Amino acid sequence: MADSKSGGHLEDIQDSIREHTKSLVDAVEAGDFTSAIQHVQNLSDVRDQSLYREIGRLTRGLHDSIKNFEIDISSSEQETDESKMADASDRLGYVIQSTNNAANKTMDLVEETIPVVDDLKAEAAELSVEWGKLLRRELEVSDFRQLYKKIDVFLKKVDGSGSTMSSNLSNILLAQDYQDLTGQVIQKVIKLVKGVETDLVELVKMAGLVERITGIEKTQEVTEAADELLAEGPIVDAEERENVVTSQDEVDDLLSSLGF
Amino acid sequence: MKILIVDDFSTMRRIIKNLLKDLGFTNTHEADDGSTGLPMLKTGDFDFLITDWNMPGMTGIDLLRAVRADEALAHTPVLMVTAEAKREQIVAAAQAGVNGYVVKPFTAQALKEKIEKIFERVDAS
Repeated sequence: MADSKSGGHLEDIQDSIREHTKSLVDAVEAGDFTSAIQHVQNLSDVRDQSLYREIGRLTRGLHDSIKNFEIDISSSEQETDESKMADASDRLGYVIQSTNNAANKTMDLVEETIPVVDDLKAEAAELSVEWGKLLRRELEVSDFRQLYKKIDVFLKKVDGSGSTMSSNLSNILLAQDYQDLTGQVIQKVIKLVKGVETDLVELVKMAGLVERITGIEKTQEVTEAADELLAEGPIVDAEERENVVTSQDEVDDLLSSLGF
Repeated sequence: MKILIVDDFSTMRRIIKNLLKDLGFTNTHEADDGSTGLPMLKTGDFDFLITDWNMPGMTGIDLLRAVRADEALAHTPVLMVTAEAKREQIVAAAQAGVNGYVVKPFTAQALKEKIEKIFERVDAS
Protein backbone atom coordinates (compact mmCIF):
# COMPACT_ATOMS: atom_id res chain seq x y z
CA MET A 1 0.00 0.00 0.00
CA ALA A 2 2.53 2.52 1.19
CA ASP A 3 4.85 1.62 -1.65
CA SER A 4 2.33 2.23 -4.42
CA LYS A 5 1.33 5.47 -2.71
CA SER A 6 4.93 6.68 -2.54
CA GLY A 7 5.51 5.45 -6.06
CA GLY A 8 2.51 7.44 -7.35
CA HIS A 9 3.72 10.41 -5.40
CA LEU A 10 7.18 10.06 -6.91
CA GLU A 11 5.68 10.06 -10.42
CA ASP A 12 3.76 13.24 -9.62
CA ILE A 13 6.95 14.91 -8.49
CA GLN A 14 8.86 13.74 -11.54
CA ASP A 15 6.06 14.97 -13.83
CA SER A 16 6.12 18.38 -12.14
CA ILE A 17 9.90 18.60 -12.41
CA ARG A 18 9.79 17.59 -16.08
CA GLU A 19 7.11 20.19 -16.77
CA HIS A 20 8.87 23.02 -14.96
CA THR A 21 12.24 22.12 -16.50
CA LYS A 22 10.74 22.20 -19.96
CA SER A 23 9.19 25.61 -19.23
CA LEU A 24 12.54 26.77 -17.84
CA VAL A 25 14.42 25.68 -20.97
CA ASP A 26 11.77 27.29 -23.14
CA ALA A 27 11.99 30.54 -21.21
CA VAL A 28 15.81 30.59 -21.34
CA GLU A 29 15.78 29.90 -25.05
CA ALA A 30 13.24 32.67 -25.53
CA GLY A 31 15.47 35.02 -23.52
CA ASP A 32 12.71 35.52 -20.92
CA PHE A 33 14.84 35.43 -17.78
CA THR A 34 12.19 36.85 -15.43
CA SER A 35 10.03 33.91 -16.38
CA ALA A 36 13.05 31.54 -16.14
CA ILE A 37 13.77 32.59 -12.56
CA GLN A 38 10.10 32.01 -11.77
CA HIS A 39 10.43 28.46 -13.12
CA VAL A 40 13.54 27.85 -11.02
CA GLN A 41 11.48 28.99 -8.04
CA ASN A 42 8.68 26.61 -9.09
CA LEU A 43 11.15 23.71 -9.22
CA SER A 44 12.32 24.53 -5.74
CA ASP A 45 8.71 24.75 -4.57
CA VAL A 46 7.97 21.28 -5.96
CA ARG A 47 10.78 19.93 -3.88
CA ASP A 48 9.68 21.75 -0.72
CA GLN A 49 6.00 21.01 -1.14
CA SER A 50 6.48 17.32 -1.74
CA LEU A 51 8.64 17.15 1.33
CA TYR A 52 6.16 19.10 3.47
CA ARG A 53 3.23 17.14 2.12
CA GLU A 54 4.86 13.82 2.94
CA ILE A 55 5.99 14.97 6.36
CA GLY A 56 2.47 16.30 6.99
CA ARG A 57 0.96 12.99 5.96
CA LEU A 58 3.30 11.04 8.19
CA THR A 59 2.81 13.41 11.11
CA ARG A 60 -0.94 12.92 10.80
CA GLY A 61 -0.38 9.16 10.66
CA LEU A 62 1.76 9.25 13.77
CA HIS A 63 -0.73 11.46 15.54
CA ASP A 64 -3.56 9.13 14.55
CA SER A 65 -1.84 6.05 15.81
CA ILE A 66 -1.14 7.74 19.13
CA LYS A 67 -4.74 9.03 19.27
CA ASN A 68 -6.12 5.59 18.39
CA PHE A 69 -4.16 4.18 21.24
CA GLU A 70 -5.79 6.58 23.68
CA ILE A 71 -9.29 6.14 22.24
CA ASP A 72 -8.86 2.44 22.59
CA ILE A 73 -8.54 2.90 26.29
CA SER A 74 -11.17 5.56 26.94
CA SER A 75 -13.75 3.72 24.85
CA SER A 76 -13.28 0.66 26.99
CA GLU A 77 -16.53 0.09 28.82
CA GLN A 78 -14.95 -1.13 31.97
CA GLU A 79 -14.38 1.67 34.43
CA THR A 80 -11.25 0.13 35.82
CA ASP A 81 -8.07 1.87 36.81
CA GLU A 82 -6.60 0.70 33.52
CA SER A 83 -9.07 2.69 31.44
CA LYS A 84 -7.81 5.91 32.97
CA MET A 85 -4.34 5.39 31.68
CA ALA A 86 -3.59 7.41 28.65
CA ASP A 87 -0.13 6.56 27.49
CA ALA A 88 2.28 3.75 27.03
CA SER A 89 4.60 4.67 29.85
CA ASP A 90 1.72 4.76 32.31
CA ARG A 91 0.69 1.36 31.02
CA LEU A 92 4.16 -0.05 31.45
CA GLY A 93 4.30 1.54 34.89
CA TYR A 94 1.11 -0.35 35.64
CA VAL A 95 2.83 -3.59 34.55
CA ILE A 96 5.72 -2.96 36.94
CA GLN A 97 3.31 -2.11 39.74
CA SER A 98 1.13 -5.19 39.16
CA THR A 99 4.02 -7.61 38.93
CA ASN A 100 5.56 -6.02 42.02
CA ASN A 101 2.30 -6.36 43.97
CA ALA A 102 1.81 -9.95 42.84
CA ALA A 103 5.37 -10.92 43.75
CA ASN A 104 5.08 -9.34 47.18
CA LYS A 105 1.66 -10.83 47.83
CA THR A 106 2.95 -14.28 46.86
CA MET A 107 6.02 -13.89 49.05
CA ASP A 108 3.89 -12.67 51.99
CA LEU A 109 1.78 -15.81 51.75
CA VAL A 110 4.76 -18.11 51.31
CA GLU A 111 6.53 -16.53 54.28
CA GLU A 112 3.35 -16.96 56.30
CA THR A 113 2.97 -20.61 55.28
CA ILE A 114 6.53 -21.82 55.79
CA PRO A 115 6.50 -21.52 59.63
CA VAL A 116 3.08 -23.24 59.74
CA VAL A 117 4.50 -26.20 57.81
CA ASP A 118 7.73 -26.21 59.83
CA ASP A 119 5.76 -26.21 63.06
CA LEU A 120 3.59 -29.17 61.98
CA LYS A 121 6.64 -31.03 60.79
CA ALA A 122 8.47 -30.53 64.09
CA GLU A 123 5.47 -31.59 66.13
CA ALA A 124 4.80 -34.63 63.96
CA ALA A 125 8.44 -35.70 64.40
CA GLU A 126 8.13 -35.34 68.15
CA LEU A 127 4.88 -37.27 68.28
CA SER A 128 6.19 -40.05 66.10
CA VAL A 129 9.00 -40.72 68.60
CA GLU A 130 6.42 -41.26 71.32
CA TRP A 131 4.18 -43.18 68.94
CA GLY A 132 7.09 -45.51 68.21
CA LYS A 133 7.45 -46.14 71.94
CA LEU A 134 3.75 -46.97 72.12
CA LEU A 135 4.05 -49.44 69.24
CA ARG A 136 7.01 -51.09 70.92
CA ARG A 137 4.99 -51.17 74.16
CA GLU A 138 7.65 -49.09 75.91
CA LEU A 139 5.27 -46.34 76.97
CA GLU A 140 4.30 -45.84 80.63
CA VAL A 141 0.61 -45.50 81.39
CA SER A 142 1.00 -41.87 82.48
CA ASP A 143 2.92 -41.08 79.29
CA PHE A 144 0.21 -42.76 77.27
CA ARG A 145 -2.39 -40.43 78.75
CA GLN A 146 -0.26 -37.48 77.77
CA LEU A 147 0.25 -38.82 74.27
CA TYR A 148 -3.48 -39.38 74.02
CA LYS A 149 -4.09 -35.68 74.72
CA LYS A 150 -1.21 -34.56 72.52
CA ILE A 151 -2.58 -36.47 69.53
CA ASP A 152 -5.95 -34.84 70.03
CA VAL A 153 -4.37 -31.36 70.13
CA PHE A 154 -2.20 -32.20 67.15
CA LEU A 155 -5.09 -33.39 65.00
CA LYS A 156 -7.02 -30.21 65.70
CA LYS A 157 -3.92 -28.23 64.84
CA VAL A 158 -3.45 -30.09 61.55
CA ASP A 159 -7.03 -29.27 60.71
CA GLY A 160 -6.55 -25.56 61.45
CA SER A 161 -3.13 -25.33 59.79
CA GLY A 162 -4.46 -27.25 56.79
CA SER A 163 -7.15 -24.65 56.34
CA THR A 164 -4.61 -21.84 56.61
CA MET A 165 -2.30 -23.51 54.07
CA SER A 166 -5.12 -24.28 51.71
CA SER A 167 -6.36 -20.70 51.82
CA ASN A 168 -2.83 -19.31 51.40
CA LEU A 169 -2.23 -21.55 48.39
CA SER A 170 -5.50 -20.43 46.78
CA ASN A 171 -4.50 -16.81 47.34
CA ILE A 172 -1.07 -17.49 45.81
CA LEU A 173 -2.87 -18.92 42.80
CA LEU A 174 -5.11 -15.87 42.56
CA ALA A 175 -2.14 -13.53 42.82
CA GLN A 176 -1.01 -14.85 39.42
CA ASP A 177 -3.89 -13.04 37.68
CA TYR A 178 -1.47 -10.23 36.91
CA GLN A 179 -0.20 -12.33 33.98
CA ASP A 180 -3.50 -11.92 32.13
CA LEU A 181 -3.88 -8.22 32.92
CA THR A 182 -0.29 -7.22 32.23
CA GLY A 183 -0.28 -9.38 29.10
CA GLN A 184 -3.18 -7.40 27.68
CA VAL A 185 -1.55 -4.09 28.57
CA ILE A 186 1.78 -5.12 27.04
CA GLN A 187 0.04 -6.26 23.86
CA LYS A 188 -1.48 -2.80 23.47
CA VAL A 189 1.89 -1.18 23.97
CA ILE A 190 3.42 -3.53 21.38
CA LYS A 191 0.69 -2.53 18.93
CA LEU A 192 1.46 1.15 19.44
CA VAL A 193 5.20 0.62 19.08
CA LYS A 194 4.64 -1.36 15.88
CA GLY A 195 2.43 1.39 14.47
CA VAL A 196 5.03 4.01 15.27
CA GLU A 197 7.74 1.80 13.78
CA THR A 198 5.80 1.41 10.52
CA ASP A 199 5.35 5.17 10.31
CA LEU A 200 9.02 5.77 11.02
CA VAL A 201 10.04 3.31 8.30
CA GLU A 202 7.73 5.23 5.97
CA LEU A 203 9.37 8.49 7.02
CA VAL A 204 12.85 7.12 6.37
CA LYS A 205 11.74 5.77 2.98
CA MET A 206 10.25 9.13 2.12
CA ALA A 207 13.40 10.93 3.23
CA GLY A 208 15.33 8.61 0.91
CA LEU A 209 13.02 9.53 -1.99
CA VAL A 210 13.40 13.22 -1.27
CA GLU A 211 17.17 12.82 -1.17
CA ARG A 212 17.14 11.11 -4.55
CA ILE A 213 14.94 13.75 -6.12
CA THR A 214 16.65 16.77 -4.65
CA GLY A 215 20.17 15.38 -4.88
CA ILE A 216 20.89 16.07 -1.24
CA GLU A 217 24.11 14.35 -0.32
CA LYS A 218 23.85 11.70 2.27
CA THR A 219 25.70 12.62 5.43
CA GLN A 220 28.33 10.20 6.49
CA GLU A 221 26.82 7.51 8.63
CA VAL A 222 28.26 7.54 12.08
CA THR A 223 28.23 4.13 13.61
CA GLU A 224 29.04 4.24 17.24
CA ALA A 225 30.80 1.29 18.70
CA ALA A 226 28.38 -0.27 21.16
CA ASP A 227 29.66 -0.30 24.70
CA GLU A 228 29.87 -3.98 25.50
CA LEU A 229 29.76 -3.34 29.20
CA LEU A 230 26.60 -1.27 29.12
CA ALA A 231 23.88 -3.00 31.12
CA GLU A 232 21.11 -4.25 28.88
CA GLY A 233 18.97 -6.35 31.17
CA PRO A 234 17.68 -9.82 30.38
CA ILE A 235 18.80 -11.10 26.98
CA VAL A 236 15.66 -11.92 24.99
CA ASP A 237 17.33 -13.14 21.80
CA ALA A 238 20.12 -15.27 23.26
CA GLU A 239 19.86 -17.90 20.51
CA GLU A 240 20.68 -15.39 17.81
CA ARG A 241 23.64 -13.92 19.60
CA GLU A 242 27.11 -15.26 20.00
CA ASN A 243 28.44 -13.05 22.74
CA VAL A 244 25.98 -14.05 25.43
CA VAL A 245 25.83 -16.98 27.80
CA THR A 246 22.58 -18.90 28.12
CA SER A 247 23.09 -20.80 31.34
CA GLN A 248 24.87 -20.75 34.65
CA ASP A 249 27.06 -23.61 33.37
CA GLU A 250 28.36 -21.42 30.58
CA VAL A 251 29.14 -18.68 33.10
CA ASP A 252 31.02 -21.19 35.23
CA ASP A 253 32.95 -22.50 32.20
CA LEU A 254 33.89 -19.00 31.13
CA LEU A 255 35.04 -18.07 34.64
CA SER A 256 37.03 -21.26 35.04
CA SER A 257 38.72 -20.58 31.68
CA LEU A 258 39.81 -17.29 33.28
CA GLY A 259 41.34 -19.16 36.20
CA PHE A 260 38.42 -18.95 38.64
CA MET B 1 27.99 -12.96 59.04
CA LYS B 2 26.66 -9.56 57.95
CA ILE B 3 25.51 -9.43 54.34
CA LEU B 4 24.51 -6.51 52.11
CA ILE B 5 22.10 -7.17 49.22
CA VAL B 6 22.09 -4.49 46.50
CA ASP B 7 19.35 -4.67 43.87
CA ASP B 8 16.95 -2.02 42.55
CA PHE B 9 13.96 -4.39 42.69
CA SER B 10 12.65 -4.99 46.19
CA THR B 11 11.15 -8.34 45.16
CA MET B 12 14.57 -9.65 44.07
CA ARG B 13 16.11 -8.43 47.34
CA ARG B 14 13.37 -10.27 49.18
CA ILE B 15 13.94 -13.50 47.24
CA ILE B 16 17.69 -13.40 47.92
CA LYS B 17 17.05 -12.52 51.56
CA ASN B 18 14.75 -15.55 51.93
CA LEU B 19 17.22 -17.88 50.25
CA LEU B 20 19.97 -16.61 52.53
CA LYS B 21 17.71 -17.21 55.52
CA ASP B 22 17.31 -20.82 54.41
CA LEU B 23 21.09 -21.09 54.29
CA GLY B 24 21.27 -19.79 57.85
CA PHE B 25 22.26 -16.19 57.16
CA THR B 26 19.82 -13.93 58.93
CA ASN B 27 21.84 -10.73 59.30
CA THR B 28 21.04 -9.23 55.92
CA HIS B 29 20.71 -5.60 54.92
CA GLU B 30 19.47 -4.02 51.70
CA ALA B 31 20.32 -1.14 49.36
CA ASP B 32 18.68 -0.25 46.06
CA ASP B 33 21.78 0.76 44.10
CA GLY B 34 25.53 1.26 44.37
CA SER B 35 25.34 4.85 45.53
CA THR B 36 23.26 3.92 48.57
CA GLY B 37 25.09 0.62 49.07
CA LEU B 38 28.64 1.99 49.08
CA PRO B 39 28.22 4.28 52.14
CA MET B 40 26.56 1.37 53.98
CA LEU B 41 29.55 -0.83 53.16
CA LYS B 42 31.96 1.85 54.36
CA THR B 43 30.34 2.19 57.77
CA GLY B 44 28.52 -1.10 58.24
CA ASP B 45 31.33 -3.62 58.70
CA PHE B 46 29.84 -6.08 56.18
CA ASP B 47 31.33 -9.52 55.57
CA PHE B 48 29.79 -10.17 52.20
CA LEU B 49 28.25 -8.22 49.30
CA ILE B 50 25.66 -9.53 46.85
CA THR B 51 24.94 -7.10 44.04
CA ASP B 52 22.92 -6.78 40.84
CA TRP B 53 24.59 -5.16 37.81
CA ASN B 54 21.91 -3.11 36.11
CA MET B 55 20.71 -0.43 38.51
CA PRO B 56 19.92 3.27 38.17
CA GLY B 57 22.46 5.55 39.80
CA MET B 58 25.55 3.48 40.48
CA THR B 59 25.69 0.11 38.70
CA GLY B 60 26.94 -3.10 40.23
CA ILE B 61 30.16 -3.17 38.21
CA ASP B 62 30.97 0.37 39.39
CA LEU B 63 30.15 -0.63 42.95
CA LEU B 64 32.46 -3.65 42.62
CA ARG B 65 35.28 -1.42 41.31
CA ALA B 66 34.68 1.12 44.10
CA VAL B 67 34.83 -1.68 46.69
CA ARG B 68 38.08 -3.04 45.27
CA ALA B 69 39.57 0.45 45.12
CA ASP B 70 38.77 1.13 48.78
CA GLU B 71 41.52 -0.17 51.03
CA ALA B 72 39.17 -0.99 53.90
CA LEU B 73 36.69 -2.86 51.70
CA ALA B 74 39.02 -4.35 49.07
CA HIS B 75 38.88 -7.86 50.55
CA THR B 76 35.10 -8.10 50.95
CA PRO B 77 33.83 -11.06 48.93
CA VAL B 78 31.45 -9.94 46.18
CA LEU B 79 28.85 -12.09 44.42
CA MET B 80 27.24 -10.65 41.30
CA VAL B 81 23.63 -11.80 40.77
CA THR B 82 22.44 -10.33 37.50
CA ALA B 83 20.55 -10.77 34.24
CA GLU B 84 23.58 -9.36 32.37
CA ALA B 85 24.86 -12.29 30.32
CA LYS B 86 27.32 -10.93 27.77
CA ARG B 87 30.69 -12.64 27.80
CA GLU B 88 32.45 -9.26 27.85
CA GLN B 89 30.54 -8.36 31.00
CA ILE B 90 31.42 -11.56 32.80
CA VAL B 91 35.08 -11.12 31.83
CA ALA B 92 34.99 -7.48 33.00
CA ALA B 93 33.46 -8.52 36.32
CA ALA B 94 36.16 -11.16 36.73
CA GLN B 95 38.86 -8.62 35.93
CA ALA B 96 37.33 -6.19 38.42
CA GLY B 97 37.73 -8.88 41.09
CA VAL B 98 34.30 -10.44 41.47
CA ASN B 99 34.24 -13.65 43.58
CA GLY B 100 31.23 -15.23 41.91
CA TYR B 101 28.76 -14.58 39.11
CA VAL B 102 25.19 -15.89 39.06
CA VAL B 103 22.94 -15.18 36.07
CA LYS B 104 19.25 -14.52 36.55
CA PRO B 105 16.97 -16.38 36.51
CA PHE B 106 18.79 -18.55 39.01
CA THR B 107 17.95 -21.52 41.20
CA ALA B 108 18.26 -21.68 44.97
CA GLN B 109 20.83 -24.43 44.38
CA ALA B 110 23.02 -22.25 42.12
CA LEU B 111 23.01 -19.40 44.62
CA LYS B 112 23.83 -21.77 47.46
CA GLU B 113 26.72 -23.37 45.57
CA LYS B 114 28.31 -20.04 44.67
CA ILE B 115 28.00 -18.68 48.20
CA GLU B 116 29.47 -21.83 49.71
CA LYS B 117 32.31 -21.81 47.21
CA ILE B 118 33.13 -18.20 48.02
CA PHE B 119 33.23 -18.90 51.76
CA GLU B 120 35.36 -22.00 51.26
CA ARG B 121 37.93 -19.87 49.48
CA VAL B 122 37.72 -17.06 52.00
CA ASP B 123 38.25 -19.55 54.82
CA ALA B 124 41.15 -21.21 52.99
CA SER B 125 43.04 -17.97 52.38
